[in-house]
Amino acid sequence: MIDFGFAPMEVSVHNMDTADLSLAHWINLHDETFNHCIACGSCAATCTAGQFTNFSFREVCHAIRRGEIKSAIDESEKCMLCGKCTLVCPRNVNTRNIIMLIRKANLTFRP
Amino acid sequence: MKPEGKKRIWSEYQKDIADDKFYFVRSCIRQTFFPGSDTTFLKILREVLGKDVYENPDHTTCTGIGYHTEVVPFPTIQTVVARNFALMREKGYVNYTPSCVTSFGIYTEILETWHHFPEEKEKTRGYLKKATGREFEEPENLAHTSDVLYKFRNEIAAKAKYKLINKHTGKPLKVVDHIGCHYAKMFPSKGVGGAEYPQVLAGLVEAFGGEVIDYPERRHCCGFGFRQYFVQANRGYSISASKKKFESMEPFQPDFIITNCPGCNYFMDRWQYALGEMEGKTYGQNGEGIPVLTYEEVAGLVLGFDPWEMGMQMHQTDVEPLLRKMGVEYDPDKKYKGPNGEDLGKPMSPRFVKENA
Amino acid sequence: MKKVAVIGGGVTGLEAASQLAQMGYTVTVFEKNSAAGGHVSKWDRLFPNRRHSIEVVNELKSYLNGNPAIYLSTAINKVTKKDNRFQLEAYNQVFEADAVLIATGFELFPAERKEEYGYGIYDNVITSAELEGMFKENGYPVKRNGDKPKRLAFIHCVGSRDEKVKRPYCSKVCCVTAVKQAIEVKEAIPEAEIFCLYMDLRMFGPGYEDLYKEAQQKGINFIRGRLSEASELEGSRVLIKTEDTLSSKPLKMSVDMVVLMVGMSPAQGTDELIAALGLQPNKDGFVEITDYHLNPVKTKVDGVFAAGACTGPNNITDSINAARSAAVEIHKYLNNK
Repeated sequence: MIDFGFAPMEVSVHNMDTADLSLAHWINLHDETFNHCIACGSCAATCTAGQFTNFSFREVCHAIRRGEIKSAIDESEKCMLCGKCTLVCPRNVNTRNIIMLIRKANLTFRP
Repeated sequence: MKPEGKKRIWSEYQKDIADDKFYFVRSCIRQTFFPGSDTTFLKILREVLGKDVYENPDHTTCTGIGYHTEVVPFPTIQTVVARNFALMREKGYVNYTPSCVTSFGIYTEILETWHHFPEEKEKTRGYLKKATGREFEEPENLAHTSDVLYKFRNEIAAKAKYKLINKHTGKPLKVVDHIGCHYAKMFPSKGVGGAEYPQVLAGLVEAFGGEVIDYPERRHCCGFGFRQYFVQANRGYSISASKKKFESMEPFQPDFIITNCPGCNYFMDRWQYALGEMEGKTYGQNGEGIPVLTYEEVAGLVLGFDPWEMGMQMHQTDVEPLLRKMGVEYDPDKKYKGPNGEDLGKPMSPRFVKENA
Repeated sequence: MKKVAVIGGGVTGLEAASQLAQMGYTVTVFEKNSAAGGHVSKWDRLFPNRRHSIEVVNELKSYLNGNPAIYLSTAINKVTKKDNRFQLEAYNQVFEADAVLIATGFELFPAERKEEYGYGIYDNVITSAELEGMFKENGYPVKRNGDKPKRLAFIHCVGSRDEKVKRPYCSKVCCVTAVKQAIEVKEAIPEAEIFCLYMDLRMFGPGYEDLYKEAQQKGINFIRGRLSEASELEGSRVLIKTEDTLSSKPLKMSVDMVVLMVGMSPAQGTDELIAALGLQPNKDGFVEITDYHLNPVKTKVDGVFAAGACTGPNNITDSINAARSAAVEIHKYLNNK
């Protein structure tokens, strides 16, 4: 192969035709509040971990819905399970339980 | 697909295209990459259609490439454009006909600017007078050369020696029509058929018996950009855009690509070679590339012009598979011979994109 | 007996006519189409409780018992005002009235104007109104080839919040309609995967937010981003592109069917009518009213009132309220004259 000094770049697009939504379905099966999120961001705003790292519960859930399982599982490790997000969530998403489910899923779903 | 829906949109985007007495201006880059295309345009207009086309040796680049890379400031490009307009009027012509889509976009943008900001036009008048002593008037008609061939597509088709039909199967050739971004994306009403479903090349292809294929990344830029290509380190960005298009059109098995923009022609032709050498991947049938033709080359082939006289040996993606499908009579031995039979030397073959498969 | 002319026989016109007749006025409704009931009669079921539209329309039509009277297929093409009396002309007939209520409603946004969405070109791009027609006819959506779609996308804000097509305003009802229709499709075709592409979900009315949550519970996917363009794929599937704005990344997917949530546009012909009455359209093209807070049915011309979706996008509840408000205002006007 010739090295031209440049190369094609990876396409950076969510492709919903190929996204792996198995974890999203599995979490929803075990906790239907997973689907109730309205992306308001109060969980991330109040998050203890989010003050020191770029952890966001909203983003973790969103990544799972786009099939980005590995990064979501990795991110979930940052949660300290303090429960502040459960207090603020206006849709009663069972946030701590969902974190626990993601960690549990680590064994089954980690690609 | 409901063809009547496309026809409805096409009917909403028709433009005035002059009938005769064209003032022709060249593209900067096309002369070297597709050297026969402009000549073919002149031959078709003058010899086949009997039109008056004037070409002024004093005309210059529109400086569009410099403008888009932010080397040439707006007042400068307006003055250069005004000078080209002045040269046209001095020769008694009013129908400005650029063969480059970047230029067409530049002329359109500047005419629109002058329409909405007359003070810019007045300033330009001053600059031109000061710099050259010349006066200018706007053209009465501005049409890209592909618009002109579109206008005369039926006349050309009536004189056709070949059709865009696969002579082995009898079916229409499947054609990707790629429109330069600056043809209509900036000003949809200035393009035949508008920006979303342009008709300018589709109309040619259909008149010549071919079938246009509608693939998902049809509207995607070829990746030429301006600064994106000129800086070597950025070229990965450029080639990625073309690659996305090739991947999207590949399942439709196009027989060739027709474009109306010098940059698109160049990139879609050359990048197939580069992608072949980088990744070992080809996008045509049987390991070949997908030939990329200018609209003049397509019209010329249909009219029975010799492909080598039109400079089609200069394509990096070999055009011979298409010539064979169309049943064009040509002499493979003359591919690399000059007009007097002298040997021009044969370029190295690509390692992956097959030639003459 | 004083006379009131009501122009438009949709829900607003019918409700106002009925109220005015009960107050003792002689009321005539002029409907340009061959049937009363307006857009609502073409709908299958209504948000938020999915009541059949026909119930609402039939109830309103039952008020037409001579007074109010209705002229169908009667477009008013000329109006003149002289000494506080109005003369309305249709087909060379002249009707007299002491007050006029404009209740000409709206038109659906012509979706083909969003050229890049391929409506009228691609086989399986339909409008929300066409989907209602399919619900009425089959109870479920059908692709052009007759099959049931298995993957659908609802596109919010088609002809709303879009300056490119001169519709900068929100049409209000499309968000909740999309959510209602998504639920209905899911119930009709349980295995269907459904996506709603939205910018905001404007769930302003009672029960609307509940409907949204119900849709989430039923597994309908909400993607925050506006459709940029659609392309047709082999097999007449449709590739759609948007930005997933919650992750700041482009998103694409192929679907069997795209449903365009067409917004409300000013009704054609309303311009001439309101000009004849001495009124001007507001900046969005709807009938201008003088006081949006305290008198939302009054126009700047004495004796001319406007109610319902001709004054801007409205749901049925708001239109019925406006109709009743107009009846009261017309009553006050005719008694003070």
